[in-house]
Amino acid sequence: MYTILDKQTLSSVIKLMDIKAPHVAKKAKAGQFVIVRINEFGERIPLTIADFDRKAGTVTIIFQEVGKSTRHLGTLNPGDKIATFAGPLGHPTDIKKYGTVVCVAGGVGIAPVYPIAKALKGAGNTVISIMGARNKDLLFWENKMRAVSDELVICTDDGSYGKKAIVTEPLKEILGSQKVSHVWAIGPAIMMKFVSRLTKEFNVPTVVSLNTIMIDGTGMCGGCRVLLEEGAKFVCVDGPEFDGHKINWDSLLSRQRIYHEEERKASERWAHKCNLEAAIAKDTGR
Amino acid sequence: MKIKRQDMPVQNSNERRGNFEEVALGFTKELALKEAERCLQCKKPKCIEGCPVGVLIPQFIKALRENNIEDSIKIMKIKNNLPAVCGRVCPQENQCEGSCLLGKTGEPVAIGRIERYIGDYELAHRTCPLNKPKNTGKKVAVVGSGPAGLACAVDLGKEGHKVTVFESLHSAGGVLVYGIPEFRLPKTVVHSEIDYAVKCLGIEIRTDHIIGKTMTLDELLDEYDAVFIGTGAGLPLFMKVPGINYSGVMSANEFLTRINLMKAYRFPEYDTPVRIGERVAVIGAGNVAMDSARCAIRLQKAFGMESGEVHVIYRRSRDEVPARKEEFHHAEEEGIIFDFLTSPVAILGDGNGIVKGIKCIRMKLGEADDTGRRKPVAIEDSEFEIKIDTVIMALGTSPNPVVFTDDGNLRRTKKGTVVADNETGRTSKKQLWAGGDVVTGSATVISAMGAGKRAAADINRFLAGKK
Repeated sequence: MYTILDKQTLSSVIKLMDIKAPHVAKKAKAGQFVIVRINEFGERIPLTIADFDRKAGTVTIIFQEVGKSTRHLGTLNPGDKIATFAGPLGHPTDIKKYGTVVCVAGGVGIAPVYPIAKALKGAGNTVISIMGARNKDLLFWENKMRAVSDELVICTDDGSYGKKAIVTEPLKEILGSQKVSHVWAIGPAIMMKFVSRLTKEFNVPTVVSLNTIMIDGTGMCGGCRVLLEEGAKFVCVDGPEFDGHKINWDSLLSRQRIYHEEERKASERWAHKCNLEAAIAKDTGR
Repeated sequence: MKIKRQDMPVQNSNERRGNFEEVALGFTKELALKEAERCLQCKKPKCIEGCPVGVLIPQFIKALRENNIEDSIKIMKIKNNLPAVCGRVCPQENQCEGSCLLGKTGEPVAIGRIERYIGDYELAHRTCPLNKPKNTGKKVAVVGSGPAGLACAVDLGKEGHKVTVFESLHSAGGVLVYGIPEFRLPKTVVHSEIDYAVKCLGIEIRTDHIIGKTMTLDELLDEYDAVFIGTGAGLPLFMKVPGINYSGVMSANEFLTRINLMKAYRFPEYDTPVRIGERVAVIGAGNVAMDSARCAIRLQKAFGMESGEVHVIYRRSRDEVPARKEEFHHAEEEGIIFDFLTSPVAILGDGNGIVKGIKCIRMKLGEADDTGRRKPVAIEDSEFEIKIDTVIMALGTSPNPVVFTDDGNLRRTKKGTVVADNETGRTSKKQLWAGGDVVTGSATVISAMGAGKRAAADINRFLAGKK
């Protein structure tokens, strides 16, 4: 069992947790992920490593509450324990000096982008970061991102904070006005698809980090497979980072919908259970 | 009067299609004793030679016959610590029973069923404790907690070494837990055997440790006096046909892991879901294919798909089916449809990335290949399409390379298997042993256990000589 040491609410639906897992913290690197399972009944979900502290033996995860498992995880508090915390998995980001790099983070993708931007900055790159989200509420870590970026652009779909734009708009301006060696883009699949399409026009190599359906995370189930130009690859062991220009995005987006119906059912059941428990608590409290 | 081979009671095929409970119910004491009577007690028993771990078969049967079940168990455990598992999953027809003299003229002794009977008795009564000897002060790491790793760990523990088993998943047991379904091998049997070994011998199991990621092999070699790799063959193979990435196409590993390890058949009580369609195709006809097909038909029933169909598509004929005989038989009883001499050439999509069918070609059997089996040859212009909404690929597996990430000195074959001595399990690297599917490619539970035991014996010799 792994103990939650700290919890922060980054927005109404985005939570941060520090988990005590010295064996993972010891090996963790930017770009890698962990598999988390809440309890005996839980599913195994992949979450990107947002930060780690080798000395304290902790790993930081950040997640958006979108389905049953992430909502359930969000209700846990410091002192609570989770059943599985396995990793670090996948290949780390290839950190070196590229020149000028752009790090594009969409929504909760800010979490995995941060350690990469930090490491790229540390390796002597000029880092331009773009943070985007649907609205202000979904943005977090502005100061942390600013601290590791030479330039930071913030945008929201609805204009509630920063520029009213989607991330490809400022990216296009940047790519059109200066030489960029490399782009990282992490966020919703649809965002990564459009970023990759744009950077292809400018012929700038682009790394995306995929978060697909996964069970074991070690190459055993193949549920995470993506189609690249050269054939199918496993996100868990061949990735999670891939050349965004080679991914068959339509196949990826289609595969992400496989368990949509079951996710909805599980979420509703969870919401119902929470409401019931709240009602009982209210009732007995009276 | 000649006694007939005793049938084992089974769950009615109609009923069992609707549940995940064990199909074969095991011998009663009467049946076991009656079957034991059939053994000829050969002077030169062929059955022992047929067993990959050399269980003293006539001897344990004799003890049982004399109503001395505790002795029977003791004799069994000299060679095999997991009779309740092996009695259920060994392909006895190719091993002990395949060598039984009675089989020459009639039906062989049902050795597997008797083995299971005494194994289950031991599970319930625990008459034969594993004795922990004095600590030798030597430390051994075992990578993987499947059949090879467990057998190795137990034999090392019995010698008094401090054994630590590293498991990447959250539950120990390897393929016994994630691969073989509940209706064929109840998980309580596996957990009970593991817990017992852990308790008796002080073996430590560290779950959530992915060797190659969480720790490297070299780190283990630094920290331990010897290391055994029993990581199995966990990487699924996909056919090289168009359409394998459509939604609805999955590996048998994914399908079975969802069901067995994650208990998706109890969704939403358990969080992991599993999708099954009305028309399922399982590609391949080995044990994993049988397990997949039989899980699929149970899920269809559970989801109320009364008109559901499950096909097994196999490019050879009925006579070449590699699955354990009993599983093939049970699958047919349960209503699985077998499409023999049929090979998929493409998976067809609906235009939105979802599978809607398979294009197949008819095959005929040609000359024998180097494995001695007749090679299937495609019949020209015989393509046809089957309407299918779920495809499960059960085409075999290869070793997972994750464990080897940082190592250049360990010799491996082009297929990715580790090169290890068959008798000792020694690899090209000092202090490092390997055995089971990671060396042989996908094989059986018992052959992996045999390899684990042989490696343990060699490690014991090595550690005894090491000052």
